[in-house]
Amino acid sequence: MGIVIKSEKEIAAMRQAGRIVGEILGILSKQVKPGMKTRELDTIAEKELKKRGAQSSFKGYRGFPASLCTSVNDEIVHGIPGDKTLREGDILSLDFGAIYSGFQGDAAVTVPVGRVSPEASRLIETTRECLAAGIAAAKAGANLGDISAAIQDYAESRGYGVVREYTGHGIGREMHEDPQIPNCTDPPYGLKPGTGPVLKKGMTLALEPMLNAGGWRTRVAADRWTVLTADGGLSAHFEHTIAINDKEPEVLTRGAYG
Amino acid sequence: MAKKEAIEVEGTVVEALPNAMFRVELPNGHEVLAHISGKIRMHYIRVLPGDKVLIELSPYDLSRGRITYRLK
Repeated sequence: MGIVIKSEKEIAAMRQAGRIVGEILGILSKQVKPGMKTRELDTIAEKELKKRGAQSSFKGYRGFPASLCTSVNDEIVHGIPGDKTLREGDILSLDFGAIYSGFQGDAAVTVPVGRVSPEASRLIETTRECLAAGIAAAKAGANLGDISAAIQDYAESRGYGVVREYTGHGIGREMHEDPQIPNCTDPPYGLKPGTGPVLKKGMTLALEPMLNAGGWRTRVAADRWTVLTADGGLSAHFEHTIAINDKEPEVLTRGAYG
Repeated sequence: MAKKEAIEVEGTVVEALPNAMFRVELPNGHEVLAHISGKIRMHYIRVLPGDKVLIELSPYDLSRGRITYRLK
C-alpha cells in the first residue's frame, strides 16, 4: 500500500472529521462522573455522531460492537462499553473515531472519574505530555523513528512502561493505513531514531502512546478486545490525528479536552 | 483505535534445513529459524540460500518465524 499523501482538499476533509472527533470527545469527557455506566457514554457518542451526520469508525470494525472504546484503570485500550459502573478514583480512557465525507479522524483521552490519587493523575498528565512530545517530533524531514524515540524517551525517563504491541497508524480514507507507528525503538517492535520513512507534508498520522504505571506487557481479556496490563497496574492513553506540514504538524482532532 | 503490531521484517536466507525450515539472518544480525507459509508451499515457490524474504515473527518466541514472501 505505502503511505498515502493527502492533497489540500483531502486534508480539509480530514480537518472536518477531526473537528467532529474533538468536539464529541470534549462532550464525553465532561459527562464522565462516578456512578455512570460506560454504555451511557457510548449512547451519547452515537447521538452526537448522528447530529453531525457522521459515522463511527469503530462500530463494526473487525466486529467491534460499539462506537467508543472505554478502558478503565488497568484496561489499556479497546474496552467495550457496557454495564461497568464508573467509581470515584477510576481513570477512564475514551478512544473515539468518526468518518465524515469519506475521511476518518481518531483520537483518545484519559480522564479522572471524580477525585483520583496523585499517582493516577501524574500518569494521566505524563501520557498527555508524552503525546505532545511525539507530535513535536513529527516535523517534515524527520524520520518516523524520531517520533517513536521521542515517545519512548519521554515515558521511560519518567518511570513508566510504554506499550509495544499496539501502535499508532497512518489514517485517511481508512482508519488504519500505512505506516504503523511504534511507540518505542527497541527491536523487534520499534523504530530507532533516524530510521523509518521520512515524514512529508500531506501525511496524516494518528499518534497514540499508551503508558503503564508498571511494565509494558499486555494481555487480552476473554472478550478478545479489551487489552489489559499484564501486571494489573494503571494505564493511560492519549491520541491525536495530525497532518504533517512544512514546519510544525497540524493537530486535526483538537477539542475541549487534553 | 490502536493498531495491533504486526512484526514483519526482511531477512536473508542463510541455509536451507530439512522439513522446509530455513535459517534466516535479519538486518540486525539476529538469526531466526523460519518455516515456510502454506501459500509459498502451495505455489511451489523455491526459497534458496541468498534469497531475500519477508518473515513474520512471533512476539512470544523471537527466535522463530514464518516466511510469508520471497522478495525479488
